[in-house]
Amino acid sequence: MSIQRADIEKLAELARIHVNEDTVTATTLGINRVLELIDQLRAADTTGIAPLANPLDATQRLREDLVSETVDRDALQAAAPAVEAGLYLVPKVVE
Amino acid sequence: MHDLTLAQMCHGLARRDFSSTELTRHLLERIGAANPRYNAFITIASETALAQAAAADRRRAAGDAPALCGLPIAHKDIFCTRGLRTSCGSRMLDNFVPPYDATVVERCAAAGAVVLGKTNMDEFAMGSSNETSYYGPVKNPWATDCVPGGSSGGSAAALAARLVPGATASDTGGSIRQPAALCGVTGLKPTYGRVSRWGMIAFASSLDQAGPMARTAEDVALLLQVMAGFDARDSTCLDRPVPDYAATLEQPLAGLRIGVPEEYFGAGLHPGTERAVREALAEFERQGARLVAISLPHSGLAVPAYYVIAPAEASANLSRFDGVRYGHRCADPVDLRDLYMRSREEGFGDEVKRRILIGTYCLSAGYYDAYYNKAQQVRRLIRQDFLDAFANVDLILGPTCPNPAFAFGAKGGDPVAMYLEDIYTIAANLAGLPALSVPCGLVDAKPVGLQIIGNYFDEARMLNAAHRYQLATGWHQLAPPALTETAA
Repeated sequence: MSIQRADIEKLAELARIHVNEDTVTATTLGINRVLELIDQLRAADTTGIAPLANPLDATQRLREDLVSETVDRDALQAAAPAVEAGLYLVPKVVE
Repeated sequence: MHDLTLAQMCHGLARRDFSSTELTRHLLERIGAANPRYNAFITIASETALAQAAAADRRRAAGDAPALCGLPIAHKDIFCTRGLRTSCGSRMLDNFVPPYDATVVERCAAAGAVVLGKTNMDEFAMGSSNETSYYGPVKNPWATDCVPGGSSGGSAAALAARLVPGATASDTGGSIRQPAALCGVTGLKPTYGRVSRWGMIAFASSLDQAGPMARTAEDVALLLQVMAGFDARDSTCLDRPVPDYAATLEQPLAGLRIGVPEEYFGAGLHPGTERAVREALAEFERQGARLVAISLPHSGLAVPAYYVIAPAEASANLSRFDGVRYGHRCADPVDLRDLYMRSREEGFGDEVKRRILIGTYCLSAGYYDAYYNKAQQVRRLIRQDFLDAFANVDLILGPTCPNPAFAFGAKGGDPVAMYLEDIYTIAANLAGLPALSVPCGLVDAKPVGLQIIGNYFDEARMLNAAHRYQLATGWHQLAPPALTETAA
């Protein structure tokens, strides 16, 4: 299955990655090469085979709902591009 | 001093032949001189390393010398290090200084290790050549016009160039084993869940595993001993006892059953690599092991399944990089959508963007069953191949990679040509099995690796086999010719 330029624009929107005009052709070609590769999976007979999500068939471990660690907000926010009064700053969302 | 293995350095420190401060200073000087040539380090941590070395010397003088006391190592730049920049090879995290240490980093520090710096890598560990690093590619010390492999190319090249005796790394589809093979060092991807991934920047969470690299199996065992074990902070980390890996290293191999998969010796394998691997198999036979022909019939589907599963998981994991809480933010965003779209466009490189888009496609409505679900079914078939094989054999041996190191740019713009370099390593990640690579020869004057795949949690037996092989052969001791010429 191959994808077209319009599909790339839709994927870029879903993935929130701007794909600029200069690279859209190369991006489409590269992705189509990979789709050719993964299309080989179609030949495999997987009738009745359950999907394997965790290689050890392990499931998530649960723990007691207790406070285990406290967070130093200032230390965490030191890595943020823009903060003020302990809050992350983003462009205005609500008018 | 830089030619010594970790085990030899450990003896030297214990005998007071040299101090950790002397050792650390010597290696920092070498790194300072050689890094412009190899680009193996993104960050060199001279000041903190010397402080850690001084602390280790004091600790040893006080009679308290844990396993890695005063031993210099490097961390792949995928592991968060508190107060020390952690870039993951990406512009996205160019200025990221983590507020915490990864569990692996914490364990090494508790064992007394000295951290010389953070090693270069493919961006977000996505690559097999180090060419996707935002900081430029690492050069292979065996041939500087060739790639070191990837994604842990910086760790592998630093080891080969004798800049560091041990390093951490991570492996999602071969990122420890392939660079180890191409740089002539020893690297182990442990069983999925054996080593905590907490604080290791996530790529594909059902495949990622942290592991050690060094120049000998003995040193890999020493590092794994420190790295392995349960960690409640990683929900996929398994609570199983960690055996004493050093205790069984010397065991004779008589009676060992070695599976040799026919699919790993087919078309695409360089004849020189095949010769080297077959000679290695003969050495195991000489030591009393028995070779058993086996088949892993779904091997050919490993790369296609991987390139659905890994990008799918990556597209979810990398959604956290939004330009809000950490990482790159574009200039002057007009609204929140623009902030996301341009921060991610600018912060990620081409290969990372390609994989995020592919993953998004495979997970999108209407395609999930055809791609993601199908790949996870194939994954079970691949694992079953191994389970069937391990009913009759103890280890599976074959080549780590089809070819020795290739030239920069050799794979051109074709992502699939690059992906196929991982044809023998990816299946172990899909199945969650441990696998290691040891140097087993030179092809075109460049190293190639023997891959040893073990059953779940059978790292001790793999290290035993690798160590016995290294006692009988000298491939792991070879240094890149440029180093010996400089010394002479």
